[in-house]
Amino acid sequence: MTDVIKEDQVLDCSGMLCPMPVVKTFKAMKELQSGQILKMVATDPGAPPDMEAWSRQTGNELLRSMTEGGKFIFYIKKK
Amino acid sequence: MSKSDPNAPKRLALIASKGTLDWAYPPFILASAAGAMGWEVGIFFTFYGLTLLKPELTAAVSPLGNPAMPMKMPFGPEGFQNINWVMPNILMANVPGFESVATGLMKQTFHNKGVATVEELRQSCVDMDVRMIGCQMTMDVFGFKREEFIKECEIGGAAMFLEYAADSDVQLFV
Repeated sequence: MTDVIKEDQVLDCSGMLCPMPVVKTFKAMKELQSGQILKMVATDPGAPPDMEAWSRQTGNELLRSMTEGGKFIFYIKKK
Repeated sequence: MSKSDPNAPKRLALIASKGTLDWAYPPFILASAAGAMGWEVGIFFTFYGLTLLKPELTAAVSPLGNPAMPMKMPFGPEGFQNINWVMPNILMANVPGFESVATGLMKQTFHNKGVATVEELRQSCVDMDVRMIGCQMTMDVFGFKREEFIKECEIGGAAMFLEYAADSDVQLFV
């Protein structure tokens, strides 16, 4: 059983294909304060590798990346 | 100066040289993804790519001369949608309206699959301060005026773009 992460904001990118999940995530992160957490939900199978690269490039930490009921869920902490 | 400052963001320099609907996607997808990663992005719109800076995008697609283009139907059961319709050139070249049908099918298929429109992607680029440079020479050749393009773009030449590209981390020609 993994620890529960409490998000400050939820972003649903279900049904969107590349590059919209990263574009929407970028916009949503702008609204957050440093240290706050965004939960992003996507259905694009390209999202997991893209979000890992996005996290490395922007320095925002990808706390967790998981699959749940056919959806990809990401928790990202704003740097 | 991207290269001289180690803390400066990465920079992407793109050349968009094609104005059809299918080829309108790659530069705007790459530019908006790079912008979302905090990179600086500049796109040089040249030759047929220049029309992607018009306020109203009329980009179309023709399967004629695109032998690898899958022709798929955006409706019906999944098995039907997955059929790749083989369209002989003789048919594509002679049936009036074939290009607009193919354009409509591609737009509908992309919409159904969750791909953003070219207009949405371009707006994302504008929102993320992507530099869009229209090619002056192409304007002169095809008789375009500055007022015919979106106000967010700037106009420049090869030397201006090359200077930008020289200080970039990634340079791509589309």
